[in-house]
Amino acid sequence: MKNILKIISFAALALTLAPSFLVFKGSITPELSKTLMLIGTIVWFATASFWMNKSEEETEGQ
Amino acid sequence: MSEKQNLKQRLEAVNEYERTPIPKNKLKGWKSFIGTYAGEHTAGTEFVLGPLFVAHGASAGDLVSGLIVGNILAVLSWAFFTGKVAVKTRTTLYYQLEKIAGNRFTLVYNVVNAALFCFLAGSMIAVSATAVGIPFNLQMPSLTDVYPNSVGWVITVFGIGAITTVVAMFGFNVISKFANIAAPWMIMIFIAAAVGVLPRLGITSFSEFWPIADSTIWNGVPLEGQSKFTFWHIMFFAWFCNMGMHIGMADMSLLRYAKKWTYGFSSATGVFLGHFIAWMASGILYSLFLLESKGSLVFAPGPIAYEAAGIAGAVCVVIAGWTTANPTLYRAGLAIQSINPKWKTWKVTLFVGLVTTIAACFPALVMQLLEFVALYGLILMPLGAVIFLDVFVLPKMGLASNYAELTKSHFNPAVGITWAIALIFCLGLNIYGGVEIFFLGLPGWFVAVIVYLLASKALQKKTSNVSPTIPLTY
Repeated sequence: MKNILKIISFAALALTLAPSFLVFKGSITPELSKTLMLIGTIVWFATASFWMNKSEEETEGQ
Repeated sequence: MSEKQNLKQRLEAVNEYERTPIPKNKLKGWKSFIGTYAGEHTAGTEFVLGPLFVAHGASAGDLVSGLIVGNILAVLSWAFFTGKVAVKTRTTLYYQLEKIAGNRFTLVYNVVNAALFCFLAGSMIAVSATAVGIPFNLQMPSLTDVYPNSVGWVITVFGIGAITTVVAMFGFNVISKFANIAAPWMIMIFIAAAVGVLPRLGITSFSEFWPIADSTIWNGVPLEGQSKFTFWHIMFFAWFCNMGMHIGMADMSLLRYAKKWTYGFSSATGVFLGHFIAWMASGILYSLFLLESKGSLVFAPGPIAYEAAGIAGAVCVVIAGWTTANPTLYRAGLAIQSINPKWKTWKVTLFVGLVTTIAACFPALVMQLLEFVALYGLILMPLGAVIFLDVFVLPKMGLASNYAELTKSHFNPAVGITWAIALIFCLGLNIYGGVEIFFLGLPGWFVAVIVYLLASKALQKKTSNVSPTIPLTY
């Protein structure tokens, strides 16, 4: 489950960055890029909080 | 009622080891520091400082080379100064200084320090407010504004200030966790915002970047009324903009949790992401804003980021400001609490948060950020030199460390003399020598070193030379 969440999180991070390069290349419009960045942002915060600090807490708890 | 009690119990339970070394089982790993530094230095200030280089007419070549050299020097300072001292003592700057200088000296120092931290945190809350105010069509401040320009501005600032304060009240762990999550996303937004606007600057391929960066973005021509920045300005700026944190030892509060002194190198994530990529990115955005607005005086990072990256850009400004304001408020709380250790951390943070929020209502706080950052580093620098010498050099000279603690003194005059002479020297160099504020830190540090060694040699009475502090073995 944690690995699936990680994959989704990194995909969201990529979705935040990649559209701007597509705008740079002229492949998509800036408006579409902004929408995709917002989706990436929402998914990142929704998923990353479930795993990013967990491994350290587990280590500290031992 | 039970919920209230539960909340109070949780707040009371926040133990930040203000007056005891961090126990071994509370030490933190690399990840915590990498996240904290990346979050803290990819921050709201970057939306203000990056444009500075554009305004001061830095050339693209000077900017890149100056930032690389200056950032490397900053990382080395974090590791070899702050990291080494923090791991050896595992105490906060404030408690260590009290042991060296005495509680009467630290009382004054802590009040000054807390005020500086409130100022910095306040400016970040104001930066966040420029983004939060977008949907409310808030009237944005301009470079010349001093006082709040609307009721809406005050309400927005108070809303952000309240949230920031509540999070800071729960201590380092909460801040660290949020910074960890926000950091990678924030740097993506910075990069994406800048890359997405490149076509509007006439850059449609990577090979076109450097020529246009050199001729249009960082064209080497300062804006009207601004001084010209050279390689040396940029290098010293990059090195000393966080002087209070590394050479000034403020980051002992964070690095005392480090397992090894080498964790100080984790500051590289902060400076190379925040003080290189983010400064370049925000410089690109500001340059575009200047071109398209034909030199508007409005200075509002929120709308600039929103224009470039949409809602995600505006949210980035809010969070970037927040992740800087939060640890800064936490540090200010520690500074005030060391005046009276019986005060609860959360109550002190609540008070500090209120003061900070009131200060944040004044846009002048953001507009004067450069002068403030320079002053802040300079004021803390001499005491950082004192702590470093006291921990590592004085014992080798046969002099006592932690002299105030050893002699049960309330005031160690050697520290007071060092602080005063170093700052007066810097002031003199600035006024009579015409040396700009960002160049004062280096000569000032050497003056502090010489004065503290001479003053300690002259003023220390013969003692058993054994500090009552038990040396740590981890």
